[in-house]
Amino acid sequence: MKRYIIKRLLLIFLTLFGLITVVFLISRVAPGDPARLAAGPDATEEMVEVMRKEFGLDRPLIVQYLSYFKGLASGNLGRSIRTRHNVIDDLVQFFPATFELTVFSLLLAVVLAIPLGVLCAVYRDRFLDHAARVFSVSGMALPMFWLALMLQLFLALKFDFLPLGGRLGLLTEPPTKITHLYLVDSLLTGNWAVFKDALRHILLPAFVLCFPALASIIRVNRAEMLEVLSRDFIVSARAHGISKIRTIGQYALKNALIPTMTMIGLRYGWMLGGTILVETVFDWPGIGLYAVQSAVYSDFQPIIGVTLLIGINFMVANLIIDLIYGILDPRVRYE
Amino acid sequence: MKQKSIPMYAEHANTSGFWTQWKEEHESFFRDVRLSFYLFSRSPLSLIGMVLVGAFFLIALIGPWIVPYPEDATGAVHMSQKLTAPGSQFWFGTDEMGRDVFTRVILGTRVSLKIGLIIICAAMGIGVPLGITAGYVGGWVNETIMRITDIFLAIPGLILALAIIGALGPGITNSMIALSLVWWPGYVRLVQGKTLSLKEESFIEAALSVGAGRARIIFLHILPNCTSPIIVKASMDMGMSILAAAGLGFIGVGAQPPAPEWGAMISIARNYLPNWWWYALFPGLAIFVTVLGFNLLGDGFRDILDPQSRGYYRE
Repeated sequence: MKRYIIKRLLLIFLTLFGLITVVFLISRVAPGDPARLAAGPDATEEMVEVMRKEFGLDRPLIVQYLSYFKGLASGNLGRSIRTRHNVIDDLVQFFPATFELTVFSLLLAVVLAIPLGVLCAVYRDRFLDHAARVFSVSGMALPMFWLALMLQLFLALKFDFLPLGGRLGLLTEPPTKITHLYLVDSLLTGNWAVFKDALRHILLPAFVLCFPALASIIRVNRAEMLEVLSRDFIVSARAHGISKIRTIGQYALKNALIPTMTMIGLRYGWMLGGTILVETVFDWPGIGLYAVQSAVYSDFQPIIGVTLLIGINFMVANLIIDLIYGILDPRVRYE
Repeated sequence: MKQKSIPMYAEHANTSGFWTQWKEEHESFFRDVRLSFYLFSRSPLSLIGMVLVGAFFLIALIGPWIVPYPEDATGAVHMSQKLTAPGSQFWFGTDEMGRDVFTRVILGTRVSLKIGLIIICAAMGIGVPLGITAGYVGGWVNETIMRITDIFLAIPGLILALAIIGALGPGITNSMIALSLVWWPGYVRLVQGKTLSLKEESFIEAALSVGAGRARIIFLHILPNCTSPIIVKASMDMGMSILAAAGLGFIGVGAQPPAPEWGAMISIARNYLPNWWWYALFPGLAIFVTVLGFNLLGDGFRDILDPQSRGYYRE
């Protein structure tokens, strides 16, 4: 087990190394000039030159590449040309918002999708099953940003039911920073007004973000439940007089959850990718919005920072899912 | 494919002309096609998908000749009629420059078709040869190719695409390059897995034993057997790549206004909500219907082309 984890962590490390190399190689052929962009349209050639020197863009790529690794070793991810801050400080500031949104959204997806998947399998080919199938087929095809805009149009602008965007209302003071997750912090400090406000703000973006995940988790869970429900041990459990609810919940669901877990782990990563769209629509101050603004500006260091952070998250999530496997299914052995 | 005829059969075939003979020789192929059509026609969802995709291709082809205001494709300005609500003159209303939204949505199909085709062709062009090479040659070649593939699969595609655009600069061509660069690893995984299992089949062994060369085995035996899963994946990916490109257009790093691209249109339309809702509504619906069509078609293709899911489909 310990060896397995070390091996996986080593692999994550190597993949990240590859990731940086790939992105750096692509940047080599890039025709854009970030120094000119940052200096502004009216800047003289000398000002651009100064800018280039200040950010080390005048050095050969291999030197930039090596010094990036040197910086990485000391936790330095370079500086953003746009915000003029160290990328690492920006990431520390923006990541909690994204993490809160993604985890809340994932929980929402799991809480909604797993019971629905079970119900669809139990009441197969009945109305609920057909409705869920239509929902999941169309859910994959909906453009997330458009769904977000339409929900904003109806729930926020027309009926004033939920706020339009942001993490908190303009007049709400953020809670005392403990974990930097507003929902958790306001709960810990017992600040109910802020908790309610934060919850109202996170609902719409979280729902939009979980929409495609909802569709795919329902699909996978339904298929796995159908498969498990047809096995002999389920028939035998029922024959022994164990109640239907207990058979489904305790015996079938636990087995069906194993493949569903993989889907959930993958979905966490994809949701992090989706944040660049959702955060843009809802003005959510996370790393997705940060990456988009940097990309529009051709501000390269922050984008590599975000890419690395999301890559680490994605791979660590997959590792955790693989470890949970072992808890759910004792037959799984790690090499 | 060609069966060796037994004498009686050959005699019969010779008397009934070339066409009949050809048909008889390819009977198994026709039977397979007929079965596929039968399975396909029994699934209403697949048929809907086919109709939607057919309509999409047709509109993309004849779009410029059927739209009411062809000059609205790019920079036309008619300030007197800006932000008109949908009606008999402008079916989908007009935008902030007074351009007809219906015209621009119709012309957007052509842009999206181009984007989807280029991304998928580029992804297949990179992914399929690499996948076959990795699977067939094996050893360190396989290891190298698959580890590089893993790097690309280690983070969500949209983020990597954004990173590549960050390096290349915003624009429709660069967003297509970026999406092609993140889309190929899926094909490597698919084709490599398929090649590995095909390599063990006895018909490959038979071909090897009669002295067939590497190229012959790859092009005549392995590649044709990989086409079904590739078609299924490509059809699903068409929709998904259009969706991703629209997303990049929406956040402002893909197609740039005034190009009639759906995502870029919604990106501007956003500022005109809630009063001028039609401007954002119709381009979004166009994306939804197109992607839905390709997804349903892909599902349908999988059901008929993938023998394993044939059973799964019937459950």
